[in-house]
Amino acid sequence: MRSVSLHGMLCAECIIYYFCAHIFQAMRVIQFREAICEAMSEEMRRDDRIFLMGEEVAEYNGAYKASKGMLDEFGPERVIDTPIAELGFSGIAVGAAMNGLRPIVEYMTWNFAVLASDQIINHAAKMLQMSGGKYGAPVVFRGPNGQAGQLSATHSQAFESFYAHVPGLKVMTPSNPYDAKGMLKAAIRDDDPVLFMESEKMYGDKGEVPEGEYIIPIGVADVPRKGSDVTIVSFGKVMKAVHEAAEELAKEGIEAEVIDLRTIRPMDIDTIIKSVKKTHRLVVVEESWPVASVASEISHRVQLHAFDYLDAPVRRVMQADTPLPFAVPLIDEAIPNAARIVKAAKEVSYLVK
Amino acid sequence: MATKTAKNTKSKSSDKEKTSFSKDTYLKWYESMLLMRRFEEKCGQLYIQQKFGGFCHLYIGQEALLAGMVSAMAKDDRVITAYRDHAHPIALGTDPKYVMAELYGKTTGTSKGKGGSMHMFDKERNLFGGHGIVGGQIPLGAGIAFADKYRGEKHVTYCFMGDGAVRQGSLHETFNMAMVWKLPVVFVIENNNYAMGTSVKRTSNVHDLSKIGLSYEMPSKGVNGMKCEDVHEAFAEAAEHCRSGKGPYLLEMRTYRYKGHSMSDPAKYRTKEEVENYKQQDPITLTRETIEKNKWMDEEAFKEMDKKIKKQVEECVKFAEESPDPKPEELYEDVYYQDDYPYVKA
Repeated sequence: MRSVSLHGMLCAECIIYYFCAHIFQAMRVIQFREAICEAMSEEMRRDDRIFLMGEEVAEYNGAYKASKGMLDEFGPERVIDTPIAELGFSGIAVGAAMNGLRPIVEYMTWNFAVLASDQIINHAAKMLQMSGGKYGAPVVFRGPNGQAGQLSATHSQAFESFYAHVPGLKVMTPSNPYDAKGMLKAAIRDDDPVLFMESEKMYGDKGEVPEGEYIIPIGVADVPRKGSDVTIVSFGKVMKAVHEAAEELAKEGIEAEVIDLRTIRPMDIDTIIKSVKKTHRLVVVEESWPVASVASEISHRVQLHAFDYLDAPVRRVMQADTPLPFAVPLIDEAIPNAARIVKAAKEVSYLVK
Repeated sequence: MATKTAKNTKSKSSDKEKTSFSKDTYLKWYESMLLMRRFEEKCGQLYIQQKFGGFCHLYIGQEALLAGMVSAMAKDDRVITAYRDHAHPIALGTDPKYVMAELYGKTTGTSKGKGGSMHMFDKERNLFGGHGIVGGQIPLGAGIAFADKYRGEKHVTYCFMGDGAVRQGSLHETFNMAMVWKLPVVFVIENNNYAMGTSVKRTSNVHDLSKIGLSYEMPSKGVNGMKCEDVHEAFAEAAEHCRSGKGPYLLEMRTYRYKGHSMSDPAKYRTKEEVENYKQQDPITLTRETIEKNKWMDEEAFKEMDKKIKKQVEECVKFAEESPDPKPEELYEDVYYQDDYPYVKA
């Protein structure tokens, strides 16, 4: 956690403040949605070129309340309700960014951003190169991503690998409130277009988030659990299942090293390679389809850079290779869970067949 | 570029053509259009000679739209357009040698050889591209205007599109938001009657494209796009509307391209008579006639100007051909602002 600056003063008040601030920081627990809101609000106070636009972001306070109170603080010029027109308002954001502003675009879900993918892929991602460095597109496109219960096939897709495929974009997926705030602030300050993927199922999650400023840089993975027996790499809300699985494995004497990727593009492959060289075993967990996935990319790069260190083929725990249906038993059959992660970890350890 | 200087109250003698524009304006229109025309003719020749690759969409026939815009616009107004974009930077004052170098894919080009024919940019002249996806530039143009309004600046954005782009969903989404937010953007349809080879009549129930904004109550006007005077006046009126905070304006510029959609198009979807009919209304010829009638230039002066422009175009070719190719390492520049971006090299 972040320490409070003393500005070189060592008076009694400062020491008391420092002590209290640390106690308070350690104890402050907020929701994921509040962390997102704080990141946006702090950055908008710092830089008046930043504005938020999207469906229901202003008067409704956000479809998932991630912009609660922002209209009151910043007014309708900077917190802007849009019509349901993802392609149009995404393009307006890119144009505004070309002309010196720094928009944050909220999508009600990344599933709807498919309608805007022309502006994200053909325009935002290419602008700097096509103009020979003259015009960039510093936009943050953010919103919930992946399955969120019984929403059926069109509302249950995860797009990390889809967009990570495209040069010119950066893709981030936080897994907890602390990361969400620090990562989003990094995304907003970045000059390149950043796609920031949250989850309807994470907005209510609570976690420790200190008051005051901290930044989690783009492209740096986290290692929330150290271990020596098997490496488990994942990102986003399925990290919860990964942590659960690591606990289960520990009960059986298997110490998993858990890596939270945090940024998908650019990927912190060095942290993964370093861990694999130690554990010699790798399981990748991703809440999306197996073909051309983030896990595919990780698997390739690990065999390229750590072939001689692997004691078993890389295993993946993925969402089933089908659109996600409605019925609960079918969803349970399709998505990664702790039991499947435990099984995969044991498989790469040759403890089960 | 300023509107006010273009009007002339003096020339009213009976033997002269009646016009409300000054000699200076006509001479600028003529020279600018001639440069666009000769440049594009040269591009066509070079393309056939395979001096450069990619696509090549020529502006020949449509020059009055840019001449009239430039004389009507204010300094620091913004321009964005589609892929038929070689003439836009030239009209705005970009040295055409950089445009030619871009066509050749040279490092001296407007986008360092990374954009090519469809992606011409000039930040100093507020040219925001050159965009290859039909209709993609329409929300971008509204966004550029959004930023100016957000900052309280009084610039106007001129957002060009072809008649084909009018059928894209991006236009309708953008028109709606531009009206709701009263964005200072002039949407300019360069209606040359054909989206590639498909005529307006075959793709829409509404053939009068100036009506396309009416369901958003966007003010609009159909304009004879072959006459610089009409184009200038329409741009001036639309820009004033935008600058006074009333929101967007739609101009349907009725124009014609003499050449095919691109260099690979023999244009068999239209008759020779139709092309000839439009050539009778050629904007360069019309402008020259006015200059001649007013005796603002004699035959010798026209010859001199033509010679000067031909020489300039030849110099553009020489500059482009002698310019260096991009170095292999430039592949990894200008993709991200981040200097140390860790590209994956297979």
